[in-house]
Amino acid sequence: MRSQWRLAGALLAGALLVTGCGGGGGDTSAAGGKVNLTFWDWDPNMDKVVDIWNQAHPDIHVTLSNPAGGDQLVSKMITAHQAGNGPDIAKVEYQSLPALVSNQVVADITQYTADTVKDFDDTTLKATRFDGKVFGVPQDVAPLMLFYRTDIFDQYGLKPPTTWDEFKQAAADLHAKAPQVAMTNFDAADPGWITGLMQQGGADWWSSTDNKTWQVAINSAASKKVADYWQGLVTAGTVAKNPSFSPQWNKQMNEGQLATWISGAWAPAQLGGIAPNTKGKWAVAPLPAWTASDKTTGIWGGSATTVTTDSKHAAEAAQFASWLNTDDKAVTAQIQNINVYPAATSGRSLPILSSPPAFFPNQADYYDLVKQVAPSSRSFSMWGPDVTVTFSGYTDKFGAALQNNTSFATALDDIQNATVADMKKLGFTVG
Amino acid sequence: MAARNRAKLPYLLVAPAVALLTLFVVAPGVYALVLSFQARKVVGGLLGGGSKLVFVGFDNYGLALADPELWSSIARMLLVALLFIPATVGFALLFALLLDVPRVRLARSTRLAIFLPYAVPGVIASLMWGFMYLPATSPIGGDHVDFFGSTTVFFSVANVAVWGSVGFNMIVIFTALRSLPAELYEAARIDGCSELRMALRIKVPLVLPAIAMCTLFTALASLQLFNEPNTLRPLSNAVSSTWVPLMKIYEDAFVDSDVNKAAATSVLFVFAALAVSFVASRTVSRVNR
Repeated sequence: MRSQWRLAGALLAGALLVTGCGGGGGDTSAAGGKVNLTFWDWDPNMDKVVDIWNQAHPDIHVTLSNPAGGDQLVSKMITAHQAGNGPDIAKVEYQSLPALVSNQVVADITQYTADTVKDFDDTTLKATRFDGKVFGVPQDVAPLMLFYRTDIFDQYGLKPPTTWDEFKQAAADLHAKAPQVAMTNFDAADPGWITGLMQQGGADWWSSTDNKTWQVAINSAASKKVADYWQGLVTAGTVAKNPSFSPQWNKQMNEGQLATWISGAWAPAQLGGIAPNTKGKWAVAPLPAWTASDKTTGIWGGSATTVTTDSKHAAEAAQFASWLNTDDKAVTAQIQNINVYPAATSGRSLPILSSPPAFFPNQADYYDLVKQVAPSSRSFSMWGPDVTVTFSGYTDKFGAALQNNTSFATALDDIQNATVADMKKLGFTVG
Repeated sequence: MAARNRAKLPYLLVAPAVALLTLFVVAPGVYALVLSFQARKVVGGLLGGGSKLVFVGFDNYGLALADPELWSSIARMLLVALLFIPATVGFALLFALLLDVPRVRLARSTRLAIFLPYAVPGVIASLMWGFMYLPATSPIGGDHVDFFGSTTVFFSVANVAVWGSVGFNMIVIFTALRSLPAELYEAARIDGCSELRMALRIKVPLVLPAIAMCTLFTALASLQLFNEPNTLRPLSNAVSSTWVPLMKIYEDAFVDSDVNKAAATSVLFVFAALAVSFVASRTVSRVNR
C-alpha cells in the first residue's frame, strides 16, 4: 500500500518536473548558423516590410506575428517574459517602455546601437533612452492632430477651429444644426489620446529632478483644466461618449455621425479599417490651441522597436530594429504601407513623404503639415514605471464618470491615488 | 496473487483522474498559494534597477480585502446572480414542464432549439448579444432602449448568461420528469386531474432534487461569471474592467501585472466558493431526502 503511494507520488513529481521544465526557452536558432528571430508587431502591412529584410538577409530570418495590439501586447509581453518565452523583438509604444524596462522585459541595447542613435534628435531619443541606456529604436512620432470631415464641415458651414474655444463654439453650432452629428467622441477606452491632450495642456504626469525620486502629478491644475473643458462638452451633449474602436464608434465614424477625430499622425492607415466609406473625405489640421497661436500639441502613441531580455540573439535583433527604423528602403516601405511619420531624422526627408497617404488623396500636403507640427509636440518628462495601473484607472474611472455623469476631476484624483499607491507598494520613491 | 492484483485495480483506475487533478488543480493551486505570500519589490533607482520577490506574509490578503473595487465587484456579481439564478431555473422548469405535456407538437425540434444556445461558446454569444444591444447595430430596438444604462446593464449581462444556460438545465429537469413512473399520471388522470394541476402538484414536487441541483450549478456558474461581462466591456462604458470578481483578479494579474495580489484574491475566492458550494450542497441533500 504505502510503497504504491510512494511510487505514485514519485511518478507525479516526475511528471510535474518534466512538464514544468519543458516550457521555457524555445529554440530560436536553427542549425547551420542561421538565426531565427520572432517579431511581435500590430502594424497593418508590416509583413511587407519584414519581407524586404528577409530577402536581403538570408542568414537572419525574422518571423512576424501579431498576438495583440497596444496595451494588450504589453500585458502579453510581461506574461510571456515570466514564462520565459517572449519574442526577440517587439513593438512598444513610448508610454509603456519604462514599465517594461522596470519589469525587465526589454533589454538594454546601448552597445549595439552606438551608430543608430546618431540618426535621431534628442527629443525623440528621450522616449527610449533612460539614464544613458538605450532601450529601443524609435519607429515613429505621432503628434496629436485634428482630423475632420471636410464634407460635414462644408455642409454646416464650419471652419477648422484653431483654439479650444472655437472648437467648443463649433461643437455647439453643429449640435444646433444637426443634433445627430457629434463634433467628436470623448473616449474613455484609450488612454493614449487623453494623455496627449493633457500634454498639450501643460500637465507633466511623471517627472524626476534627482533621477531617484518620482513626482507624480496626474491630478495637477493643468490636468484638471483639460478635464473640466471636456466635461463641459460632454455635459452639453455636443460630443459623443462611446468607447473608441468599438462597433458603435466604427459605425458612427463610417456613417458621418462624428465630424472630427483627435488622433495621431498614424490615423490615415487606421481609418481605412474603421470607416472604409469615408475615403477622401478627411483632412488634417493642427490641434486647436489653448491660447491663440500657441503651436504646442501632445502625442498619441508613437512606438519603438525593442529587443527583449529573453532573446538569445540580442545583437541580430538590435540590427533588425536599427534597419527597420533607419534604413531608407525600410522607412519608405513603412511610410507607404503603414503611414508612419518616421522618427529618424533621415527618414523625414524621404521623397515618399511628398505624396499623401492612400486614404487622404485629397490632401497632398498631409506630411508637410505633420512635419510642421511635429517639432512642437510635447510629452511628459517621462512615463511612469507602472503606467498600466494609471491607464486601467483611466478606462475605469473615466468610463464610470461618463456612465454616471460624475466629475472628471474626481476621477483624476482617484487615478493619482491608485498610481502613487502602486508605485509605493513596488518600492519606488515617490516625492 | 489474483487478490493482490484486484486490490491494485481501483488505484489504477482512479490514477488518471488523480494525476490530472494534481497536475491542473492541486499543483497550480499550491503555486498560487506560494505566490500569494510574496510580492515584487524593485531594487532601487528611478526605473527600479530590477526587482526581486520577497516574502510578505499576509500583506497581499490585507490589500485584497481592503480594496473597495473587490467588494463592489462582488456586489455586482450578486446582483447579476439575483437575476440569473431564478430566471435560469424558472425558465428551465417551465420549458421542461411544457415539453412534458403529452399533446405538445414539435417537441423534439423545440427541445433542440432551446438546448442549442448551450452549444454556443460564451464569448461568441456575448459578442452576438453585444451587437444586438448597441444602438448602432441593434435589431431589437437598442436605439430606443439603453441596454447599457447603469441599471439595465445588469439585465443585459444576466440575459446573455440565462440564454446560454437555460437549455442545459431544461434537459436535466426534463430527464428527471421522463424518469417518473407513468402509472402516477394515469392514476391522476383517472381522478380527473388537469395537466396544470398535475404539473404543480405531482411533477414539480417529484423533480425537486433535479431543480435543487440546477440551482446549485447555476449558483456556481454565477460565481464564475467572466466571459459575458468581459466580452461586453469594450462595447460600453457601463462595464468596468473590474466588473465581477474574476475580472478583478484578471485585471490585477495581467493588466496591472500584480500576480501576487491576484493570487491572494484567488485563494480568498476559492474559499468563498467552497463555503457556498458546501452550504448549497447540504441544502440540496436535505431537499433530496
